[in-house]
This record gives sequence, C-alpha cells and structure tokens, in this order.
Amino acid sequence: MRRILAILLENEPGSLSRIVGLFSQRAFNIETLSVAPTEDASLSRITIVTKGDDRVLEQIVKQVNKLIDVIKITDLTERNHVERELLLVKVLAMTDKARTEVTRITEIFRGSIVDIGKQVYTIELTGDVEKINAFIGILANETEIIESVRSGTVGIARGEKALRI
Amino acid sequence: MTTQQLTGAEMVVKALAELDVEYIFGYPGGSVLDIYDAIFNQDDVEHVLVRHEQAATHMADGYARATGHVGVVLATSGPGATNCVTGIATAYMDSIPMVVLAGQVASSLIGDDAFQETDIVGCSRPIVKHSFSCRSLKDIPNVIAKAFYIANTGRPGPVVVELPKDILIPDHTAAFEMNKDVNLRAYNPNVKGHQKQIRKAVSTITQAKRLVIYSGGGIISANASELLTSLVERLKAPITNTLMGLGGISGLHDNFIGMLGMHGSLEANKAMANADVILALGARFDDRVTNKVEKFCPNATIVHVDIDPTSISKTINAHIPIVGLVDIVMQQLIEEIDAQEYVVDETINQNWWQQINEWRQVKSISYQQDQGKIKPQRVIESLYEVTHGDAYISSDVGQHQMFAAQYYPFKKPRQWINSGGLGTMGFGLPAAMGVKMAFPDAESVCVTGDGSIQMNIQELSTCLQYNLPVKIISLNNRSLGMVRQWQDMIYGGRHSSSYMESLPDFIKLAESYGHIGIQINHLDELDEKLAQAFAIKDRLVFVDILVDEKEHVYPMQIKHGAVDEMWLSKGVKA
Ligand SMILES: Cc1ncc(C[n+]2csc(CCOP(=O)(O)OP(=O)(O)O)c2C)c(N)n1
Ligand SMILES: [Mg+2]
Repeated sequence: MRRILAILLENEPGSLSRIVGLFSQRAFNIETLSVAPTEDASLSRITIVTKGDDRVLEQIVKQVNKLIDVIKITDLTERNHVERELLLVKVLAMTDKARTEVTRITEIFRGSIVDIGKQVYTIELTGDVEKINAFIGILANETEIIESVRSGTVGIARGEKALRI
Repeated sequence: MTTQQLTGAEMVVKALAELDVEYIFGYPGGSVLDIYDAIFNQDDVEHVLVRHEQAATHMADGYARATGHVGVVLATSGPGATNCVTGIATAYMDSIPMVVLAGQVASSLIGDDAFQETDIVGCSRPIVKHSFSCRSLKDIPNVIAKAFYIANTGRPGPVVVELPKDILIPDHTAAFEMNKDVNLRAYNPNVKGHQKQIRKAVSTITQAKRLVIYSGGGIISANASELLTSLVERLKAPITNTLMGLGGISGLHDNFIGMLGMHGSLEANKAMANADVILALGARFDDRVTNKVEKFCPNATIVHVDIDPTSISKTINAHIPIVGLVDIVMQQLIEEIDAQEYVVDETINQNWWQQINEWRQVKSISYQQDQGKIKPQRVIESLYEVTHGDAYISSDVGQHQMFAAQYYPFKKPRQWINSGGLGTMGFGLPAAMGVKMAFPDAESVCVTGDGSIQMNIQELSTCLQYNLPVKIISLNNRSLGMVRQWQDMIYGGRHSSSYMESLPDFIKLAESYGHIGIQINHLDELDEKLAQAFAIKDRLVFVDILVDEKEHVYPMQIKHGAVDEMWLSKGVKA
C-alpha cells in the first residue's frame, strides 16, 4: 500500500543521509523523496512516498522516529490530506497542430506554459500523482516528450492538524 | 562555569575530564597528535595505548559493560578510524555506551581524498546510535557532552565524534563553555510505561497458568537485576535469560531455568513453547532465540517491555507492548501487582513447575567425560570452582563461548561479557583487559579459542605495558570449532578451512610477550594447574588447554524448527 510520510527533523548536516541510509539499510522502499528547510531554518521537512504493508510501515515509522535528529513523523495517508507534485516537462512543438494541441491539453489540466523555444514548449503542472501521470500519458500521445522532471510528492494534513514542534 | 581560553585539543581532554572519564583507549596518528599532546599535559584522564584500534574499541566496550559507564576511544583519521568499525558495530548490536573520538583531516581538505581521509561518519552511519562531525572549536565541549548523553541514555549505543585537525591545532583558542545538562528537543529517552498497558499486562500475567519471564540485555544495562529478581519471586515464575541477559538474575536462583535459544536449555525452550503468557523484559526476540519465527510460541500472549519501540513487534508480534525503561516499567508492574493484592494460585503454579521439572530431569546441559581427552565443558566447570563463580568472564566467539554461557552460572549482572549480537571473534581479550582496568582487584578471565585469540593476540603487549594480569583460558581444539560443528552437522563433515594448522606455541608466545604460559593436556592435571594459574595474582597467565576437538555444543535447536525442537546430542532429538 502506498503511504505518504511527513517527517520534521533537525536541519543538520548528515540528517538527510541518515534517513536515506536507514531506508536502504533496512530494505524499505522509497518511491519519491522531497526535502527542504521550513520557515524555521533549524528544521527540515521531508516527504517520503513509500510502499509496504502495515507491519513494514510500523517499522519504518518507528525506525525513523528512533533517529536522534527526527522530531516527528506522521503517516499522512492515515487521514484527510492534500498531496501535490510539481512537473516540469519539455515537449516537441514543431508544427502548428502540435502547438495548439499542447496548449489545449495544458489548459484543460490547468498547467501553464512557462517557456517557449524554437521547437519546444516547457510546461509546468501541479497536481496529485494521478493527474500528473494522466497528463504525461496524453502529452506523450500527442507529441514527443524531450525531458521531464517531477518534484516528488509533498503533502499536508487537512484541517487543524499540523506537524510542528 | 569556566571561561578559560583553550585550544580545541585541550577542550577535548577537559571535556572528558569534566565528564569523569577515567580512561581513553586509543592509538595516535597525524590528525590527533594535538589531542595526544593535550593528554600528555594533564593527569585527570589516563590514556591506554593499545596495539590495534579494534582492540581499543573492545577494551572500551569491556570497560563499559563491566561498569555501565561510557567507554571512550580515540583514533586517528583514515585507517585508525576504519579499524574501529568492527568494535563500533559490536557495541551497537549489544547496545553498549561508547564514544569514539575520531580524527579527521583539516576541514579545508575534506572531500579532496587527502592523506588519511575517510568519511568515518559515513562509514559508521548504519552502526552508530548517532554521530557528530564537529566543525567549530567552540562547539567541542557541548558536542562531547551530547555524545555522552546520547550514548548512555535510553537504549545505549555507540556515538562517533569526528574532529577535523584544524579545530584542534594550537593556533586557535576559545572559551571553554560546556553545558552538562543536555537537552535535545528531538530525543526524549526517559520513558515511563503507559499506565493502561501496565494494568492490561498485570491482569494478563496474573491470570496466566503457564507464565514465563524472558529477559535480556536490557536488564543488565538498566541495572535492573534486583527489581527483576523481586518480580520473579512475587510471581513465583520460571525465568530464562538470553545470552546477553545472563546474570540478570543469579544463575543459581531456583526459578532460573537456564538460557534459551539456539544453545539454550531444553527446559527453557520447552517452557517458552508451552507458555500461555510470556513476559519479555529488555529482550528482542533475536533469531538465535526464536528459531523459525512462524513456529514461535503460537499460543502465547506476549507482553513485551522495551525502551526501543523498534524492537517491539519487529520479528514477533507483541499482544501487549509497553515502551519504557525496563526498570521503571518493572517498578510499575510490581506496584500494580501489589495494588491488586495478587497472590499466586499455588495449585496452578505447582502444576506448571512440575511440568518444568520434568523437562529439567532430561539434563540437557550435560556431557560425558571419560578418561580420554579433556572435555571443554569440564574446563568451564573447573573454572567456576577455582574462581568460586565470582570472576568476570569475557568470552570470544565460538563453541567455547557457548560452553561458558552454559556451564558457568553467573551470580551477578555485568559478570558475563560477550559479543552476543555481532559475534565478534577477537572481542574476548581486549574486553577482559577493559574489565581489569575498571576493577583491578577483581579476577578478569578471558575464555577463548585457538582461532579467536589470534584475532587480537597483539594485545598481550598492551597487557604488559599496563600490567593487566588477566587470565586467558584457551579451549584449544586445534580448529574453528563452531564452524567445524556446522560442517559436521550440515555439510557432510567436509571441514573446509576450519582446521587450524600451524598454531603457534602459545606458551612461548605468552612468554615472549613477558607473561606466563601454562599448558594443560591431561584431565588429571586440570584442576591443579588451573589452581596454580589463579594463584598467580600479579602476572598475566595464558592457560592453553588441549580439549577434545570432536566435541559439539549441545543442546542445539533444529534448523527451521520451533523454539523447543532440539538436538540433545548427536542424532538424538528431544
Ligand atoms: C570476526 C569473525 N570472523 C568469523 C566468524 C565466524 N566464526 C564463528 S565461530 C568461529 C570459530 C571460532 O574458533 P575458535 O575461536 O577456535 O573457537 P571454537 O569454536 O573452536 O571454540 C568462526 C570462524 C566470527 N564469528 N567472527
Ligand atoms: Mg577452536
């Protein structure tokens, strides 16, 4: 089962490598990982998307919590949450037809074209994993994808619930 | 608070002194020479020069196991630091408090593959409780204070502190400011058991018809032996110890049914298999205990107390998990038992004990000594006699380790010192040395084998330098006995590289290091010569005992079986 884990940890050198090392050392799966400092510069926030049954997930949560730098970890998939991923994709747009199609699809998905080259368009799109996958699938049918990059999922709980010290 | 101006190297030594460190076990080299100079200029902390950094870690480890204090290691960057890796892993697996101070090349060179640069923080990351790379002179005292605090609270473990050369050199000084009251917002080790879980546990335990208490190394590290004994006596329950937990209750206590697991007693494993409630205290259901996990005690309700939540329901599902320091939780359990005015139902209790005593009758821990070669088990029995059961026994790894665990009942916690989790050959001698440093007046014995002793034999030289009269009891079977046993049992007797050819003359070897060597070859001289060896108080004695090389360790769990499926002797199942 797919899980989204949100981790709040000390923004210290080596703290990210401890998390990543833990996952590889114990053969836990990482599907996506995203990390950045928070508004409090002493803290980092990591979102990891992983797969595993309840037992594995229990171990992941406990093992991560055991790291000295980790302040909190929560499984966002346990309750209502918002998840988003950012996609930047560069596609071929050589003909008028291709340009119109790409623009139309982008509008439908509420993406935006952020750069135009002689032969390529660069598009930005945010959404959950299904939306991004669907967008990429349709784009690939219409034109050629030259390059793409995804940020990995980030997530936050809905309502009053917050991950903070 | 002092605000003296000190160099980084002086800060390191002063910080250790402030933390009441008696000994540093280490070995010098380029990146840490400033620290060595600072050590030279003071008397608070004594440095012990080993002959190999691995031995420094094991010595610090043995010291820590015997005293409960943090063992301190100092090594230079590069090879010095990497030589510590096995010792760090050994301490990690057995949850031993240790701080390893490792030199590093100057900050400006880090990442350049400079001479003697290795990323020791990276190398040791999976085998430490935590690590620090100290990048600023003024941080040194507090980083060291944090390292000690982390190493010896909660579930103890090793902490590595990397110290780049540029923050140690005499050119820079800063004010020495140290806060010994460490408080880390992300780490709170002082955990009490959840009261609801305590009540649930007590009502389960008190309703049990066949209760077994199963305790591990957590009891030793929490100094919770007395509490454990009083809990056992209140419940009149049988108790078994893991290899790491031996001495948690006296091995002579009536309720003690022996070690459990791979080479445990039949009665301990049978009791586990037939229990309706298992109370696990500071133990972690290691695979050397459970045998096949799927077949492990399917009918028992498991109450599991541990400070480390990851140990709970990792391999065996706990029905009543209690996260907390085992001493605090046991206190809570006892209070709850007393509050409920619980009295043991004598009939139920006696039925259970009657059953256990039948298993005891099998005498699974036994051997046959004829007039031929000396049996290794017999040596351990004689060792017990000659030391009155009061010695610290540090063991290496192999058959001799299991014989020591089976045939030397440990009366007190911290008396039995062995590498249980990692099974590190070469651990025994340096560990026994660390014990001797901690308790110079106590008898410190290293039980070893002809294979293991050669993995840190060079420390005989350190023993001479620091006058460490440990007793080395080598069960010399001219082979890697434990490997050979598996080859006999599983690999059709094909002894692939398990025969020790070209063994040294251990007597001359001991003598060349300035010690005394005694060889024992015949049963009829065993007790007398052992007594001779132990009568020598101020010298190291290496006792090389030629034992029967064909002897196997029994009983032994049958591979892939349930916890109580055991071989009692060759071809004989329980
Ligand atoms: C460093 C290390 N290497 C290999 C092993 C695997 N091993 C376990 S027991 C053993 C044999 C030990 O021989 P010895 O010290 O003579 O003890 P004996 O079993 O003969 O009593 C070996 C090789 C180990 N535990 N540690
Ligand atoms: Mg041997």
